[in-house]
Amino acid sequence: MSTARNAILNRLLQAQVKPLPVNNPDYPVWDNTDQHAMLTRLTELLQQNHADVIRLNRGELIATLKTRIDKMALKRIATGTGGDFHAEITEALTDCAEQVPFDQPLEQWKDELFNRVDAGITGCHGAIAATGTLVLWPGPAEPRTLSLVPPCHIAILKASTLHANLPAMMADQGWAGGMPTNLLLVSGPSKTADIQQTLAYGAHGPKQLLVLILEDA
Amino acid sequence: MHNKPQLFHPQAEAALANPELRANFRGAMDYLRDKRQTAFADPDEESAIRDRAEAIRQRCLSKLPTLLEQLEANCIANGIRVHWAENAEQANALFADIIQSHGGTLAVKGKSMVSEEIELNHAMAKEGIDCLESDMGEYIVQLGDETPSHIIMPAIHKNKQQVADLFAEHVPGFKHTLDVDTLIRTGRDVLREKFRNADIGVSGVNFAVAETGTLCLVENEGNGRMCTTVPEVHIAITGIEKVVEFLADVPPLFSALTRSATGQTITTYFNMISGPRKSDELDGPKEVHLVLLDNGRSQAFVDEEMRKTLQCIRCGACMNHCPVYTRIGGHAYGTVYPGPIGKIISPHLMGLEATQDLPTASSLCGACGEVCPVRIPIPELLQRLRREAKQEPRPGVPALRGQGAAKSNLEAFVWRSFSLLTSKPLLYQIMSWCATRLRGLIPGKLGPWTRCRTAPRPAARTLRELMAKRNK
Repeated sequence: MSTARNAILNRLLQAQVKPLPVNNPDYPVWDNTDQHAMLTRLTELLQQNHADVIRLNRGELIATLKTRIDKMALKRIATGTGGDFHAEITEALTDCAEQVPFDQPLEQWKDELFNRVDAGITGCHGAIAATGTLVLWPGPAEPRTLSLVPPCHIAILKASTLHANLPAMMADQGWAGGMPTNLLLVSGPSKTADIQQTLAYGAHGPKQLLVLILEDA
Repeated sequence: MHNKPQLFHPQAEAALANPELRANFRGAMDYLRDKRQTAFADPDEESAIRDRAEAIRQRCLSKLPTLLEQLEANCIANGIRVHWAENAEQANALFADIIQSHGGTLAVKGKSMVSEEIELNHAMAKEGIDCLESDMGEYIVQLGDETPSHIIMPAIHKNKQQVADLFAEHVPGFKHTLDVDTLIRTGRDVLREKFRNADIGVSGVNFAVAETGTLCLVENEGNGRMCTTVPEVHIAITGIEKVVEFLADVPPLFSALTRSATGQTITTYFNMISGPRKSDELDGPKEVHLVLLDNGRSQAFVDEEMRKTLQCIRCGACMNHCPVYTRIGGHAYGTVYPGPIGKIISPHLMGLEATQDLPTASSLCGACGEVCPVRIPIPELLQRLRREAKQEPRPGVPALRGQGAAKSNLEAFVWRSFSLLTSKPLLYQIMSWCATRLRGLIPGKLGPWTRCRTAPRPAARTLRELMAKRNK
């Protein structure tokens, strides 16, 4: 509807507004790049937002996954088809739970993903200490719905990918130069306070978020 | 059956007389105000972030036409199809076209006030398309065939008892309970089926980034992610003012938004969408559309003072802090956007003829302006709109739709007389002498003023006379 487009733009242009220069008054953001301080803050904030957080070394990943999956009684677990931890995840699931790899387009197994999968495991692109936030950068090896549809999301994070705050992470990694189709910040399990301001978890997304932070990776 | 701004006065009266409604709003507003106060514990920090947010919004609005073209170009480069609509009718026609071209019959919707503005659900129903709300609050509101009463918490006017009653009436198999976890699980179960089956996902946009062609969505529930990820087609709709210049503009605005709205440092999800599914990807919509809606915003834009209205990032803090909104609730206004921001934006969306009473529904206490994260001078804009509602257009100032609609000859005559009286000393003395001598003749009923007040009675002697007597 290019007539609408031109009419709108013409009305706006008629105002002849003078473009303002970039003026960015400083505002305080949590900015501490000490690794220990960042890890502590991330852990605390994630826990405040109702996520389970386990800090471990990479060598303990397989055993820890097995224990947790057993404890949470997860039977069928969706995984990606690649990513940093694919081999370890696959090994952890052997003899522990049924691995359901996300290896076909969503519409071919939507029903199964919605109704017959207990958890999804993904890696993380990084994390933000200031707000207690995981950064997910889904792609073909780890699709978007892996962290959304199953009732439990297990996220594996390398401590070395931690950033102090969002503006720093965006700038350091040059996000503005190329965004993925979908980039997500996740700061806890899904929640709502829409009924009489009472907080309830598991509104539409995962009810549980388990974060495994690999301190030596 | 829904409320109208033309009936503001009777609607406000009815709301004031409803104790349950008032208790629901009082509780909710106290909760949200406390949350915001905790999030902005340090006043210097609050002030600094508001300065930054205001500077960003003003800069982006100053370049609005350029940024819209840049947004369009970058979205198209990312594979997002961009549409423009001047009004609700055009926007709904675009939706119907896109949905019907896919043979769609079920759309799931994330929270979007702009879609409320164009009454998308009703328009699609006429085309045989079922448009289902998926935000928990919006879902409740839709079940009750109501409209949202708050822009962030749509079902804030209802308590859990009322929600449970509604579910009992509409959700098959629901066992009556007041347990909020069970109520939420009930909504979750119903809506998951819909997410799985929907042909189309609809969402709003919190920030549209011109630099990268990215649509940002802020939410806690995950329904926004569902709507923008699971169905094969995603249609986003936004007002033309939501565009920001740089990706780096997003973090401060996002922080100002969540802290002002619900007192959260960050929401559970921040969803940045920069295109449809790529050929090697296994999920995500195959088509993404963006509808840019004007619907009166350009009228606000052309006036330098009223352009500030468009700085709004829709946090709802102004309503949470408004003594009028807290008492009458969101429905009494009869507009999609209630409360202080509604009073200054609705005249542009709907015209001053329909909305002439709204700018007067304020004590001008200034609370809205003091909490606004982008420092919109709401009290000043309310006064400006009151004036424009009473006055004919004047040269050099762009006319508003419905300008002068509240003009009254009697009122104009009263003000002219007052101005004459108070500028001519002799006339003033004669009049005040008469008023003191004839004070017994002042009627006891003076229209609406004396419905809940006693009529004013002039003193027996004027101040001038009293002073003259004393100084003798």
